[in-house]
Amino acid sequence: MSEDMPKKNPLSLQIDLKKFEPATEEEKKQQDVMSKSTTFFRDSMKKLFRNPLAVFSIIVLVLILLVIIFAPMIVPYGYSEMLKFNGTKDKTAMNLAPFTYSVNEQKYMAEHGVKLFPHIFGTDELSRDYFIRVVYGTRVSLAVGFFASLIVLVIGVLYGSISGYCGGRVDLIMMRIVDVIYSLPDMLVIILLSVVLKELLDGSTGIIAKLGTNMVSIFIVFGMLYWVGMARLVRGQILSVKENEYVLAAKSIGTKSSRIVRRHILPNCLSVIIITTALQIPSAIFTESFLSFIGLGVAAPMPSLGSLANNARQGMQSYPYKLMFPALTICLIVLALNLLGDGLRDALDPKLRK
Amino acid sequence: MARYVCKRVLLAIVTVFIITLITFFTMNAIPGGPFNSEKASSPQVRAALEKRYNLDKPLPEQYILYMGGLFQGDMGISTKTGRDIRQTITESFKVSAKIGGLAALLATIVGVIMGSIAALRRNTVIDRLIVFFSTLSTAVPSFVLATLLLYFFCIRLDWISVWDTENQNIILPVIALALYPTAYITRLTKTSMLDVLNQDYIRTARAKGVARPKVIFKHALRNALIPVITYVGPMLAYILTGSMVVESIFTIGGLGSKFVTGITNRDYPMIMGTTIFLAVLMVTMNLISDIVYKIVDPRITFD
Amino acid sequence: MSEKILDVRNLHTSFRTDAGEVRAVNGVSFNLEEGKSLGIVGESGSGKSVTAYSILQILTGNGRVTGGEILFRGEDILKYTPQQMRQFRGKKCSIIFQDPMTSLNPTFTIGNQLMEAILLHTDRTKKEARDRAEELLTLVGVNEPKRRLKQYPHELSGGMRQRIMIAMALSSEPDILIADEPTTALDVTIQAQILELMQELQKKIGMAIIMVTHDLGVIAEMCDEIIVMYGGRVCERGSADDIFYGPAHEYTKGLLRSIPSVNGQKEKLIPIAGTPINLLNMPKGCAFCSRCDNALKICLEEVPEEELVSPGHYASCWLNVKKRMEGSGEAAS
Repeated sequence: MSEDMPKKNPLSLQIDLKKFEPATEEEKKQQDVMSKSTTFFRDSMKKLFRNPLAVFSIIVLVLILLVIIFAPMIVPYGYSEMLKFNGTKDKTAMNLAPFTYSVNEQKYMAEHGVKLFPHIFGTDELSRDYFIRVVYGTRVSLAVGFFASLIVLVIGVLYGSISGYCGGRVDLIMMRIVDVIYSLPDMLVIILLSVVLKELLDGSTGIIAKLGTNMVSIFIVFGMLYWVGMARLVRGQILSVKENEYVLAAKSIGTKSSRIVRRHILPNCLSVIIITTALQIPSAIFTESFLSFIGLGVAAPMPSLGSLANNARQGMQSYPYKLMFPALTICLIVLALNLLGDGLRDALDPKLRK
Repeated sequence: MARYVCKRVLLAIVTVFIITLITFFTMNAIPGGPFNSEKASSPQVRAALEKRYNLDKPLPEQYILYMGGLFQGDMGISTKTGRDIRQTITESFKVSAKIGGLAALLATIVGVIMGSIAALRRNTVIDRLIVFFSTLSTAVPSFVLATLLLYFFCIRLDWISVWDTENQNIILPVIALALYPTAYITRLTKTSMLDVLNQDYIRTARAKGVARPKVIFKHALRNALIPVITYVGPMLAYILTGSMVVESIFTIGGLGSKFVTGITNRDYPMIMGTTIFLAVLMVTMNLISDIVYKIVDPRITFD
Repeated sequence: MSEKILDVRNLHTSFRTDAGEVRAVNGVSFNLEEGKSLGIVGESGSGKSVTAYSILQILTGNGRVTGGEILFRGEDILKYTPQQMRQFRGKKCSIIFQDPMTSLNPTFTIGNQLMEAILLHTDRTKKEARDRAEELLTLVGVNEPKRRLKQYPHELSGGMRQRIMIAMALSSEPDILIADEPTTALDVTIQAQILELMQELQKKIGMAIIMVTHDLGVIAEMCDEIIVMYGGRVCERGSADDIFYGPAHEYTKGLLRSIPSVNGQKEKLIPIAGTPINLLNMPKGCAFCSRCDNALKICLEEVPEEELVSPGHYASCWLNVKKRMEGSGEAAS
């Protein structure tokens, strides 16, 4: 601006003299537009639900959960049940296309004038309803992913927090062990252990036999190897929080250590734990489907998405959809869980916040 | 620096040692030993076989004998085919190394380029497309992709013949192996590039009057690539395990498919030999990538 | 009066964020004379750094100059082509930043980064550039310059790095040097050294300096002219004497009351009440009104115009208008 006189003449008659009275405190207060304060959790959830991809994945996952919970109640076929006609195996029901009926079934429906429940995904080479097999396969894969992540969560958090909280020599030794386990090629060890455990557990009965030896070996392997990542993260988080000024400040005003853990350390670790667990589930599903694919997965006739995909390879030229259904289900689940994990990270990690 | 390298090499040696221990003792934990499944073998034949493979000696001695052989490059003989395992491994590894190496190269080059483009063209259509495809790609298991590629390009369209074992086309297996690491590197590069572009030293470079391409290629890319180096180890592990299914699907006689065949045949010496070989390979690559990381980033102190 | 080298007129800069448009600079005007020092003072978020970055066009991706003119020797640099702009940056006008720890690229040696600046704006060969880099390091008081050129930034102390930043900024003897809080991240003893160095170099090279800071002490020591900013607007501008001895804006008065006096007088320090304004929710009237003790009703409603207080001294405050009205009213009666 140049050095001339102000453009507006302050003495002009239009000016209302009342405006030049002192403003009151209330009037001034109104000018302060403060942003509303919310709790961390509520803020994070709001942020999560504003993220369309995260909402999409939640919807997809809820839908998949509903299907795998309720479908077995509605669909009148079992996952290992071969379709029968008049008490004998229905040979015409092999490898049906989606939403078609076997010759025998068509005859039956024509004679009795009833409608049989459709084979939504068709049937497999042993005349089993494919839809229900995919549903059970999804159940198995999700269960493996979930429980494997739970094992990782429990062991990792316990180990990491003991190491981080104790510090000193204990921490040093515990972290050396983690270093060694961390540098093991995990997939190789998983395969190796799966091979061996399959042999060892094959004769056993009871819960192990019911779960399938490979499922048990997957859990054992996760319990032995996969927790190290989580343990490192939790330890690192605890160490960095312990060093933080606000914890020091809390200590200096005489806050009890139980309160420090509850108020400061836990909430800070929680985001890391939630995010890591959310991203651990798809990785466990990947591992399971991989093992099933090379023949080290759950025991037949129990299906898993990986073993279904593997079985479908043989008849791929004639029945490609049998590969598509389990394959697409894996992709959808993993995609949804990955996106949800990413969304959680964006919502929960305060460092990313603006 | 020397101290750091020593420490890392020591850790690598310990790791390899533990792997041989795990491999050896888990394999021997299987009741009955490897010759039980051979239905035809009489007790005499079995005893002879066990003697030949030192299986009649106590376990620790067996381990020492096996390790002694391993140091001389002797990995034993396949109980299934009777062939020398070292020879099998070296032959099949040549095939696997070619496919895996190409996949790693492809993933790194494409990933870095796509990631940089996404970061530089942030919030544009190109960025969204790249992010969309890389997110999608991380959700596709390699065996699903390999099967789909095989189905579409070899069966439906019949463009590429993979059955010709003499002169095999390796494009499809390479793509099947490279997709996931490509997507991962793309995301990694994008995140790290965005982070770097917001750094003060980029502002300094711009304030000096450095032209935009030079800001990006000289000042930003070098720093942005540091995290990518740390992914080399995990990428190799992914490609190696992925090659097991991919090679089986495309019927390539590589190390991965040999390993899987070993598992289905319960060929224990083969499984052991392959595991130890792959483990040493992975540990070595991890070691190298860690050391390179420290060299490229001068900020890291060597202790 | 010497020639105006930089004339900023009615500058507006804003940032697009998820939460809306942040108007960081709202109609800032000032000018800088050849070889003089101008201080821009204000608290965090007052828009002082953004003003500086706007001059060099080095705002982050979502920031943009939305209005006004920036005249460098009469030419509007906002109309420069990218090519011309690169020639302006570093050669005509360079900048040193607040945090020397992060302002140097960690993966290149000091020599590489210094020589890059030299090679960009001069026709020197690599070898000549190296000699010049050594010379510059000696000029800014870095010992063992030969060895320093081969070192990486993390191997040097904060004060040393800031000297290197200064050396880099001076490599092509610019007409204007912008210093964005150059001493804030440094120890007090180092601060004094750096300021002394800058004054010394200003005398040697004869460049004009824009000193952006929240530290009134630094301003008092360094600057001829001062502008005081609040909420993206200029509250008051004038010579250092005008501002320190005859402040005409309530915010400036508040600032001066809130610093300890250097000459040992034991006065009570009075902080400015309230919190800095939220740039996303700018008040309708004067940005400072909610924190101002003497705010008038009109302050809440209308933005005060800038007006002359004394020759070369301007302020934007309704209280001045009121005072004048009362003065002229008395004179009339």
